[in-house]
Amino acid sequence: MTEPLKTLAVWKFASCDGCQLSILDCEDELLAIAGAIRIANFTEASSHVIDGPYDLSLVEGSITTAHDAERIREVRAQSRFLVTIGACATAGGIQALRNFADVAEYRRVVYARPDYIETLATSTPIAQHVKVDFELRGCPIDKRQLLEVLSAYLHHRKPVISTESVCTECKRRGNPCVMVAHGTPCLGPVTQAGCGAICPAFNRGCYGCFGPMESPNAASLADRMAQLGMTEPELQRVFRTFNAGAAAFRAEGERHGR
Amino acid sequence: MAVETRTIRVDYLARVEGEGSLYVRFRDGALEDVRLAIFEPPRFFEAFLRGRALAEAPDITARICGICPVAYQMSAVHAMESAAGIVLGGQIRALRRLIYCGEWIESHVLHIYMLHAPDFLGLPDAVQLARTHGDLVRQGLRMKKIGNALIEAIGGRAIHPVNVRVGGFWKAPAQDHLHALLPDLRWGRDAAIKTLQFVATLPTPDVEQEYEFVSLRHPHEYPLNEGHIVSSGGIGITPQEWPAVFEEFQVRHSSALHARVKARGAYLTGPLARYSLNFDRLPPAIQQAARDAGLGETCRNPFKSIVVRAVETLFAFDEAIRIIEQYQEPTPSFVAVEPRNATGHAATEAPRGLLYQRYDIDGEGLIAHAQIVPPTSQNQATIERDLWRVAEHGQGMVDSELQALCEQSIRNHDPCISCATHFLDLTVDRA
Repeated sequence: MTEPLKTLAVWKFASCDGCQLSILDCEDELLAIAGAIRIANFTEASSHVIDGPYDLSLVEGSITTAHDAERIREVRAQSRFLVTIGACATAGGIQALRNFADVAEYRRVVYARPDYIETLATSTPIAQHVKVDFELRGCPIDKRQLLEVLSAYLHHRKPVISTESVCTECKRRGNPCVMVAHGTPCLGPVTQAGCGAICPAFNRGCYGCFGPMESPNAASLADRMAQLGMTEPELQRVFRTFNAGAAAFRAEGERHGR
Repeated sequence: MAVETRTIRVDYLARVEGEGSLYVRFRDGALEDVRLAIFEPPRFFEAFLRGRALAEAPDITARICGICPVAYQMSAVHAMESAAGIVLGGQIRALRRLIYCGEWIESHVLHIYMLHAPDFLGLPDAVQLARTHGDLVRQGLRMKKIGNALIEAIGGRAIHPVNVRVGGFWKAPAQDHLHALLPDLRWGRDAAIKTLQFVATLPTPDVEQEYEFVSLRHPHEYPLNEGHIVSSGGIGITPQEWPAVFEEFQVRHSSALHARVKARGAYLTGPLARYSLNFDRLPPAIQQAARDAGLGETCRNPFKSIVVRAVETLFAFDEAIRIIEQYQEPTPSFVAVEPRNATGHAATEAPRGLLYQRYDIDGEGLIAHAQIVPPTSQNQATIERDLWRVAEHGQGMVDSELQALCEQSIRNHDPCISCATHFLDLTVDRA
């Protein structure tokens, strides 16, 4: 007797949809994925929804409303294994910039009737609300890493996802170092690998979209970037983008700006 | 006497990007209320863009939408260059048009094959479609992959490309790198013709809607990045004049702001509008392919939007081939943009329609004020008007059929709710 297919659910919270689009961007593998796992709940791709519980849940987006803070608990309760995908779900995303500002003022700036808008003062990662079994980084995630996570799950093994810095894959790609060779500020030394070191390959510094690597020395890098001419407000902004809520980047952002 | 109420409700619309719901209510046999509610949580882009450097706008605004990040980058860089008083031509201009072609292909093919076609065949998704039409779905997936490969070749990656900057590109793609794409693009152009022939056979209701179409119009080209904003109601303005003619407003049931022509009200932007206002800007062979697919020079049947998207997909492949055949690496790959205290505006044609952005820039090059008006927020009121008409005409149907038709009617406009919401409003009234 063959084992029934595992079931997959894909959930969206505050986000741009780009990470779940990465699933549909696996053009060569999509039909194979659909043959290896039962896509039970993926509203962006299908109007057919099978009730939970689900074996594997992929969660995109951050928690920004009271309703979503409840909903993620329901998702967790229905999920045997829960993986967050992308910077919103793992660090709060770009919308976590509200965490450093007055959200009531934000609401007034964007909406004529701010009282119609329900929102929390913060954008927070999924792991701040429920237990997360694995976090996949990136803004957006890398689809090869996503396939590795799915494949590892189906084979009952741990995903092989590097926690080294962008620098290491940048060297392997053969890029000249933009900071050494051109004096271009670059977050590569403190950012987790996974993208393939795209930005330095295009003559620009890494902007940290995969978030901080394990044990980064962000303060030392910031000192070097200051020597290269970055001002205090610029240093704050460079750490406050898509992973502004990640601990190491948040702490370094707070050291600068004045 | 008891009042008889009939309600059709879909709490989570499927096969659209983002979170929205549908609500239709009849009372005593009369249609009483129709709502496309958007409950996607707002992310406040326009608020947190303030105080950021103008150079950051393309990377930040890309994150509004994972499906059409290039559109946000294009409107952002053109708005910043408008503030600086710069107009770029030559190969930088051509490369921008080229990366936009990649996004049109990727987004349109996604919608045609994976989101919309299943509606016409009564199927829940493309995976089911693949069981009966395997070759067709594989063709669509390969077309989409080629669109993504084009974006990657220029932008570094397909979602949130890194190579677009104010003033041009960080690095110009090598000529041979782009030439290597030509065999696939030529295959894609043939596949787009087959796609057009296929979607032309799909059964569509015979309806014509009274839309005011709004799109860009360029003196020579089918519009992508440049042109005046024109409408079938006689509007003809520069992007700078957008605020004088259009306005945004908030409704209670949406976290996305709606938009209207100040003098009149709802309008439609997107493929139907672009096509109907710019048919004469399509190359003759593509005009003929459109005619062969049963389209006239204008199209007011929203259920035929899938056919128009296929025409635009064919155009995007054709235009990409043309640009690459003439491509030479621009040197330098960007021009310096000196900040000055000024306001910049731009409108470009996202796959889903007109995307307007306006920025006030201070003397330090920081953003003082940002306004972003995505296509789906502009189309919300029209999508609801379509729903009224569909619900009225479909009143005799059983609930499941009427619900399916209403959902299809929404998908006709390929709403991107993730885009819309950062600006739209959103409370759902479930009374």
